[in-house]
Amino acid sequence: MRKIISIILLAIIFIGIILTLCKIPFGIHKTKVGQYYIDKGREETGAVNIVTSVVVNYRGFDTLGEVTILFLVAIGLGAVLSNFKEKGKRKIEPASLILQTGCRFLFPLILLFGAYIFIHGHLTPGGGFQGGAIIASAFLLIYLGCHGKKINEVASKTTESIGGLVFIVIGLIGLTVGGHYFLSNFMPKGQINTLFSAGIIPIIYIAIGFKVGSELAGVIDNLMEKS
Amino acid sequence: MDFLSNNIYYIGAFGLIFIGLFIILVKHNLIKVIIGISILDTGVNLFLIAVGYINKGTAPIFSKPGLDAKNMVDPVPQALVLTAIVIGVAILALALSLAIRLYQHYGTLDLRKIKEQRW
Amino acid sequence: MIIVVSLLVIFMLIAAISAVFFKDLLNAVIAACMVSLIASILFYFLQAPDVAMAEASIGAALVAAIFIIAIRRTKRHEE
Repeated sequence: MRKIISIILLAIIFIGIILTLCKIPFGIHKTKVGQYYIDKGREETGAVNIVTSVVVNYRGFDTLGEVTILFLVAIGLGAVLSNFKEKGKRKIEPASLILQTGCRFLFPLILLFGAYIFIHGHLTPGGGFQGGAIIASAFLLIYLGCHGKKINEVASKTTESIGGLVFIVIGLIGLTVGGHYFLSNFMPKGQINTLFSAGIIPIIYIAIGFKVGSELAGVIDNLMEKS
Repeated sequence: MDFLSNNIYYIGAFGLIFIGLFIILVKHNLIKVIIGISILDTGVNLFLIAVGYINKGTAPIFSKPGLDAKNMVDPVPQALVLTAIVIGVAILALALSLAIRLYQHYGTLDLRKIKEQRW
Repeated sequence: MIIVVSLLVIFMLIAAISAVFFKDLLNAVIAACMVSLIASILFYFLQAPDVAMAEASIGAALVAAIFIIAIRRTKRHEE
């Protein structure tokens, strides 16, 4: 009975979407806001990567909302999975010597690569979220390869909190100095296409990179069993 | 053939949305429903980026000094999809932690059996 | 050019359909990872390098790890 109703519902959605998709053309100019950001983006913000300037400067408040959602998920996960009942331990076989040495050799190289991606966020494709995910993958490698090593919980929570605080403090400083609105670009723009340019954008991306990296590593640490 | 070459991206995105909805409505194992949510999320993001494409355009980055600002693709959908991908993975982590807690309490992950048990 | 994109889209749909019919949950998770990886390649063809990097690092590596850890703590086979 449930299967028949669900198949009828899916057929109705199918017909509705097909009738709508015939009216959307593919590959033609549709809006005018994007053209304004491309034309005026370089002189108003100073960043060469237009997507970065849209995410941090023109739409910075949406990025603040996303950082809040990640913080809530990290708290909720720690609260749901915080019981200590363990039913029967399974025997875990430790990794071989080649795997342990390889993981310990690769760990600082992956951290360096992640840090390169979120520092050069305004010059090349990349940014805070991609670099933070790569740093979390480096910590996952340590969990899988070397048996028994954990990350320091106090250091992880402190890094996450400091990253969030730097974002909000820079936004509040923009309220008093400069353009008198939240998250205004008050630092000097510098010369275009160099590392120290584009005002507050590299500072915010470094804070977001640290925050997302330590948050996702903490999520993986909460999900693993206590052995 | 002309219809296919224009709309191949829309067909792929719409196929993923359809398969994701089918898994959520029909299957009765909880982890398979969460896999269906993940596939639905990927389909919607692909559809949003395909709407913002312009024929013979390039990526919106001024890497070389002589690039023209006239034919670049739209940067606004790319910024919104970047946010949506990260929020999708956060929702998946929270849903899986709730599934682990349900398994510890009821002993099974079958949705029909969980609805039958009352307290 | 159209041939390559059509082959990739067909392969992605075959992987998504086979995630419906697998009874072993580990195979279904690997099929969902395959969908995410091919979507990352299609994002590159649509001239969006930031989104392709985000989908490849988050969708293909971290989602698979979280799913496999959750499957280890519950059952592996669907009844």
